[in-house]
Amino acid sequence: MPEEILKERLESVGIEMDPKKRSGSFLLLDQDVKSVAKFMEGLEIMPIKRALEKYDWLEDYLWKAVKVKDEFTREVEEDFNGYFIRALPNAKVEIPVEACLYLSKVKKQKVHNIVIAEEGSEINIISGCTSHPKAMGMHIGVSEFYVKKNAKLTFTMIHSWSEDIEVRPRSGVIVEENGTYISNYVLLTPAKLVQMYPTAYLKRNATAVFSSIVVAFKNATIDMGNKAVLMEKGSSAEIISRTISKGGRVIARGHIVAEVPEVKGHLECRGLILDEGEILAVPELEAKCPNVDLSHEAAIGKIAEDEIFYLMSRGMTQDEATATIIRGFMEIDIKGIPPALKREIDKAIELAERELL
Amino acid sequence: MDVLRLVNLGVEVDGKKILENVNLYIQKGQTFVLFGPNGSGKSSLLMSIIGNPKYKIYDGRIIFKGQDITYAPTDERVKMGMGIAFQNPPKIGGVKLIDVLKHCAKLGGTEDKIEEFAKLLGMEDFLHRDLNVGFSGGEVKRSELLQLMLLNPDFVMLDEPDSGVDLENIAIIGEAINKLLERDKPAEERRKAGIIITHTGHILNYVDADYGVILYKGKIVCMGNPFDLLKDISEFGYEGCVKRCLRRF
Repeated sequence: MPEEILKERLESVGIEMDPKKRSGSFLLLDQDVKSVAKFMEGLEIMPIKRALEKYDWLEDYLWKAVKVKDEFTREVEEDFNGYFIRALPNAKVEIPVEACLYLSKVKKQKVHNIVIAEEGSEINIISGCTSHPKAMGMHIGVSEFYVKKNAKLTFTMIHSWSEDIEVRPRSGVIVEENGTYISNYVLLTPAKLVQMYPTAYLKRNATAVFSSIVVAFKNATIDMGNKAVLMEKGSSAEIISRTISKGGRVIARGHIVAEVPEVKGHLECRGLILDEGEILAVPELEAKCPNVDLSHEAAIGKIAEDEIFYLMSRGMTQDEATATIIRGFMEIDIKGIPPALKREIDKAIELAERELL
Repeated sequence: MDVLRLVNLGVEVDGKKILENVNLYIQKGQTFVLFGPNGSGKSSLLMSIIGNPKYKIYDGRIIFKGQDITYAPTDERVKMGMGIAFQNPPKIGGVKLIDVLKHCAKLGGTEDKIEEFAKLLGMEDFLHRDLNVGFSGGEVKRSELLQLMLLNPDFVMLDEPDSGVDLENIAIIGEAINKLLERDKPAEERRKAGIIITHTGHILNYVDADYGVILYKGKIVCMGNPFDLLKDISEFGYEGCVKRCLRRF
């Protein structure tokens, strides 16, 4: 395979392969680990199989945040590869760790990843998943995240698939006391099918924030959302999504469950249909006791003519005005996200802008 | 030389005629004030001049700087030197005021003035806020004027720049308008022209204008000294004022 295509595809999902800009790096090509590198103390990064050999205790983490429940998880259980990333206790891994999963020739890429942010640690991960432009196949990715007491994990996933790829990530997150999990998901390129529903389980005073920016092009079905289970007092969750349909079908889900009192959750899904397409927003709030604070807002619309006219009255052409509004729609103020990750998200949005007009 | 010439202009919205046979000539350096009761077509006139696609021109012509722009898209008119401050602009989430200001400044050749003008209008703290989202009435007006000052148009349209503005801020707004229309320069040096819509006339305490026009039921019915017209309107009401004007014709 020409290295240039690989490099170009990797760059489109924020993978730099540059030791100055990354603290660690992992690349899985189809089912094989192509490279692993670590540029920082306090960080562990290795193929999952090696980690399982090295650490007996890791068995306890396998299939704990994600259960084997459907044909896809069963397939991964039988055969998998993937990464193990761990921030050691109190380590601050500010410069992002990058992990890339590249699908080229295999029919099914089966992945199992485990990420652990040990007590008091902080770690930023940028995960790019992409495929060869001509590839056809399925990506099944099981990812389990463990955020320990007082730890903070920021996980930014940028997907850039090609038109014939089916994607079925299965993700689970367990956030211990006072821990913070921030997830950003960006999908701005065509894909045949994406179906995912990452779920976070939150302990005492733990926080999870999920933000997603998703575009569904023609012939695509994007069924995605997040679930947060507020299991202990003081926990809180925020699920924010911006979905755009440009001819494709989007199902934007969100579900917050309050199992105990004194918890807080907010869901916000906004959809924009350009020209044609289909968006179904399914926000769900579930309280199992009194004294909880759950709210949601959902809205689906098209670009307002008066907004385009307004920006044109400032001298923008119709296309410039439309692009500005779409860009504004995709702009989510993500709290606590490091500038390096924000830049990658902005870059992905910039790349997508042209395709949307 | 005429900056703007409206010739027998007729405009409709959703098939309903809202302006009929409007004729207006505005020359370099002239500032017009547009009076009229609610629903008389004042905002519609400005919308038609700037080219809001909702306003369909069924009759007449709009000539700007000698060119027929009757059917030109809004951004072309703006690039030719028109500018407008809206009465109720839309809120646009995620689009920062600063980004729009930068765009205006680029067109207006005022890229080094963003900070200075923002300070003049007391909008420094709003630059990174979403456009008009959560702005108070007065803040919207100041944001509109800030965008216009950076756009630096030759022909300025202001739709009720004084409505909903408290006393403390109206002087600031007056100062900005005077700058925009070069009212702070001697008459012979003024190159800019404009139309100001005012419902209450408050702004005339701060901005001196050359002509007043009353728009009534979609037609221009009076023209004269703006201060005299305002006095007549407050004395006789619009209807009485219109009757007096028609008698004079």
